[in-house]
Amino acid sequence: MHWDWQVFCNSTLSGEATACFGAAGDITYLQWMISAWGWTASVAALGFVIALFAGVMVGVARTLPFVPFAPLVWVATAWTELFRNIPLLVQVFLWYHVLPVFVPAFGSVSSFWLAAIALGLFTSARIAEQVRAGLQALPPGQSLAARALGLPPGTVYAKVLLPQALRIILPALTSEAMNVVKNSSVAFAVSVTELTLFAMQAQEETGRGLEIYAGVTLLYAATALSVNRVMAWVESRTRLPGMVGAR
Amino acid sequence: MSFDFSFFSGQMLQDYLLHGLLFSLQLTVIATVGGIVLGTLLALMRLSGNRMLSLPATAYVNTMRSVPLVMVLLWFFLLVPFVLGQSTGAELSAVVTFIAFEAAFFCEIMRSGIQSIPKAQMQAGRALGLDTWQNLRFIILPQAFRHMTPILLTQVIILFQDTSLVYAIGAYDLLKGFEVAGKNFGRPVEAYVAAALTYFVICFALSSLVRRLQMVK
Repeated sequence: MHWDWQVFCNSTLSGEATACFGAAGDITYLQWMISAWGWTASVAALGFVIALFAGVMVGVARTLPFVPFAPLVWVATAWTELFRNIPLLVQVFLWYHVLPVFVPAFGSVSSFWLAAIALGLFTSARIAEQVRAGLQALPPGQSLAARALGLPPGTVYAKVLLPQALRIILPALTSEAMNVVKNSSVAFAVSVTELTLFAMQAQEETGRGLEIYAGVTLLYAATALSVNRVMAWVESRTRLPGMVGAR
Repeated sequence: MSFDFSFFSGQMLQDYLLHGLLFSLQLTVIATVGGIVLGTLLALMRLSGNRMLSLPATAYVNTMRSVPLVMVLLWFFLLVPFVLGQSTGAELSAVVTFIAFEAAFFCEIMRSGIQSIPKAQMQAGRALGLDTWQNLRFIILPQAFRHMTPILLTQVIILFQDTSLVYAIGAYDLLKGFEVAGKNFGRPVEAYVAAALTYFVICFALSSLVRRLQMVK
């Protein structure tokens, strides 16, 4: 067992050593890994945007206090239970293998989109729970006062409740964002050439599993760390005096 | 397209699903027990106040938590045969991976559980003449476990869902059982739907149990 980092500068076609970047007409394992990292980042970013949007909507729907919205509350609860009680990998298979049979339009959607949607909706259930907890953590006076001022329900949420609740749950959103990066690895199962699939295929082709896995692991850790730093920056920028976490 | 579940029969369950389900459940139980034991040890190391113990434990936990489980599975699948000196099945390396991986998560749960116990408990124990081990064994850990039961159980549900990821190294679990059955009977769509339903029923039942536990509290 010894290290041989040369493998990253080998051509993916011939397996021979070549220039690490820009071998004519062919790419090296290093270039392949970087493009795989791009796919990981894209699946994760798209998944997180979907998760944030759907999660906030569903989380809000679960807290609607007005009687005519009872069916909406029910749908939102069902959404949360459905998407968080089925393993992500199974959900990816449902989007990829099952849905196109019933909705033929999905047959022409690329597996990148399907994996990102599956990841997004899976995560939306968890974010919805956080959003609901954040909204319920606010003093009831906030919502009552806003309505007493005559604000319509939509504005009560958009201008009064959500800006506070989202700040409260930012730390939880940070860890969800890091989870999305890690969970994007299941996209390998539907042949999205992201980091995990790269790791499997490059290991098979080169037999240098240690070096390949080490490179991929470092990239995952670096990505998760960057996400963490970005979210910490968002947290410090949105901090309000007199609220949780304020200096 | 209409569903045709007629290939589901007692014989089919026995041939394809039973040992897959058993493996998923075994993996969940072994990883829970092993993960909690190892995780509690890691938590004690992190809280020991001794840098020789807390630094390696912290590094281990942070590393495991920043890498996808699928990558950890691939790592152990590659390394376990090296360490043991002989080739092992995917199942054994899945068990080792899950204990090592889940320990990091159980460590964080146990750490906050232990920290939720007031310091006075430890001091009172010491005043009664208990040594550190007796203090942990009889005073601190039982309370920490009780405080953390709902969160520990939630982690077990996540763990059970994560067992489906052994797909990456080809171990035969519940999901694999459905997949193979779907292929052999030419009904993959129904097999995936049935797999989703099965996981949903198990996880929903467990999470309802957790909610009831929280209500009782």
